[in-house]
Amino acid sequence: MNDETEKLRGDTWLSKVWWFYVDGFRAMTVGRTLWAIIAIKVVLFFLIIKWIFFPDFLAGKADDDAGKADYVRHELIDNK
Amino acid sequence: MNDLVQVVDWSRAQFALTAIYHWLFVPLTLGLGVIVAIMETLYYRSREEKWLKTTKFWMTLFGVNFAIGVATGIILEFEFGTNWSNYSWFVGDIFGAPLAIEGILAFFMESTFIAVMFFGWKKVSPKFNLAATWLTAIGATLSALWILVANAWMQYPTGCEFNPATMRNEMTSFWAVACSPMAMSKFFHTVLSAWTLGGVFVVGVCAWMLLRKRNVDHCWRSMKVGAWVGVIGIVLTSITGDTSAVTVAKYQPMKLAAMEGLYKGNHEQSIVAAGILNPAKTATNDEDPYLFDISIPYGLSFLATHDPHAFVPGIEDIIAGKSYDNEGKELNTVSYAERIERGKQIQELIVQYDVAHRTGNNVMEDSLHKAINDDFKYFGYAYLDTPEEAIPNVPLTFYTFHVMVTIGGYLVAFLLLALLFVYKPKLVNEKKCSKLWWWLCIITIPLTYLCSACGWIVAEVGRQPWTIQDLMPNKVAVSALSASSIQVTFWIFAVVFTALLIADISIICKQISKKSKEDLG
Repeated sequence: MNDETEKLRGDTWLSKVWWFYVDGFRAMTVGRTLWAIIAIKVVLFFLIIKWIFFPDFLAGKADDDAGKADYVRHELIDNK
Repeated sequence: MNDLVQVVDWSRAQFALTAIYHWLFVPLTLGLGVIVAIMETLYYRSREEKWLKTTKFWMTLFGVNFAIGVATGIILEFEFGTNWSNYSWFVGDIFGAPLAIEGILAFFMESTFIAVMFFGWKKVSPKFNLAATWLTAIGATLSALWILVANAWMQYPTGCEFNPATMRNEMTSFWAVACSPMAMSKFFHTVLSAWTLGGVFVVGVCAWMLLRKRNVDHCWRSMKVGAWVGVIGIVLTSITGDTSAVTVAKYQPMKLAAMEGLYKGNHEQSIVAAGILNPAKTATNDEDPYLFDISIPYGLSFLATHDPHAFVPGIEDIIAGKSYDNEGKELNTVSYAERIERGKQIQELIVQYDVAHRTGNNVMEDSLHKAINDDFKYFGYAYLDTPEEAIPNVPLTFYTFHVMVTIGGYLVAFLLLALLFVYKPKLVNEKKCSKLWWWLCIITIPLTYLCSACGWIVAEVGRQPWTIQDLMPNKVAVSALSASSIQVTFWIFAVVFTALLIADISIICKQISKKSKEDLG
C-alpha cells in the first residue's frame, strides 16, 4: 500500500478498524466460500426457518407474563 | 395420547438430530483452537518461519470448521421456544442466564478476536495476534462452559426455588447453578475430550500427508503438538470421567444403573467390562439381565463411590427407594411409588395456592408456597403412571456407555503410542508397519467422533424420561403442537445439516490436499 492510499484512508481509530476488516476480507481465498456459507445459513436460519417454522409458541397463547403463567399452569396441572 | 407420544418422540428426535450435528463441529473448534494457539506460541517464541507456516495450515482448517459450525447451535434455542415451550417457561431465567452470558460474552469475544487471528498477521504486532488466537480459543471454551452449565442444571436442578404464582423456577444462587458438581464435571470432561479429538485430528491428518510423503517435517512437527495435546486430553478426560461417574452415582443413580444394565444392586458390586443384555429382562421379571458378561469384581462400587465395598443400587432398588449413605451402606429413602403420590399432592397444593393467590389470602398463600417447595423435588413424578416409566432406555444407555469406554481406553493406548513414535520415529519408519500405523491414525478420527457422540447419548438418554431431572418429564415439557409440523422441520434440518457436514468435510479435505502440496517448511 502506498502513502497516498494510506492518507486517503485516514488515521482515526474507526477507519483503521474498518480498513482492517476490508483488507482482511479482500485477501481471503477459501474465506469467501465460507462467508457465503455463513450468509446463506444466517438467512436460512433467522429469516426463513425461525420466521416460518419456529414462532414463540407461548406468545401465541397469551399477551403478557400473567397470561403465559396461566396457560402453563393449565398445561401442567389441568391438562396432563 | 398417541399424538402426544408422537409429538414427544419427534421433538426429541429433532433435538437429538440438531444437537448431534452441532456437536460434530464444536469439539474440533475447541480442540484445534488450543492446538493452533500452542503452535502460534511456538512461532512467537522461536520466530521460525516453519512454525508460522504450520500455524497457518492448521488455522485454515480451524477456520473452515468454525465457519461452517457457527450458528448451528442457535437452532436448539429455536426449538426450546417452539417445541418445548412449557419447559422454557418453567425453567425461567435459570436456563436463560447462562445462555445469555454465552451469547453476550463468549460469542462476541470469540467473533471479535477471530478476525484479528486471521486478518491481523501483517496488521497487528505478533504479540497481539498471539493474544487474539488464545482469546479465540478461550472464548470458544467459555461458550462451552455456559452451555454445559445450562445442560448440567437440567441433570441436577439446584440453586433455585419454584414460584407457584408465575409457574417458574427462580434462581436463588447463581454460583450454585454455575459451580454445581454436575456442571464442573461435565465442563471439564467435555472440553478435555474435545482436546483429545483435536489431537487425534492433527495426528490423523498428518498421517494422511505422511502416506503421500508430503511436508514430512511439518507433519512430525505438528504431530508432536497434536500428540501431546491428545495425551493430556485423554488422560484428563479419563480422570474427569471418574469424577463424572461419582457425580452421576450420587445425583442420577438411575442413569448409572442403566449404564451398567444393573437391575439388582449389591455391596462390592462388580462392573461389566463387556456383555450382551438379555432383551427379555425388565424391572418386573426375574430374568437374568445379561446373556453374556465379563465382570470385574468390586468395579462398580469403586467407580461409583471410590469404596470397593459400598452398596450400589440397581434399577429395581432405586424404584424401591434404596440408596447408599456416606459410608457406602445401604439406605432406605423414598420409593418411586411414594414420589408419584407426593408429586400429585404438590399438584393439589398448586391448585389451592392459585385459589389463595387470586382471592388475596396472603397467609394461606405463604404457607402453601412453603409446603410446595418442601417437596418440590418430587413434582415431576406426578406425571408418571407407573414407577417403571422412570427407567431410561437401558440397552441404548448400556451399549453406548461401553462403546465410549472401549474407544476411550483405545485412545489412551493410541495417543501414547503416537507420542512415542513422535520421539522415536525409527520405530514406525519400517515400511509395512508405517503404512498400517498411518491408516490406523486416519481411522481413529471417526472413532473419536463416535466416542464423543456416545458420551452425549449416555448423558442424555440415560436421564430419560426427564427433561429436568425429577421435576419435568418430556411429555409435560413439550408444546401442544401437531406431530406433522415437527416432522417437516425435522426433515428440513436433516437435509440442511447433512449439506453443511458434506461442505465441512469436502472443504477441509480440499484444503488439506491443496495446502499439503505447498512448502510448509
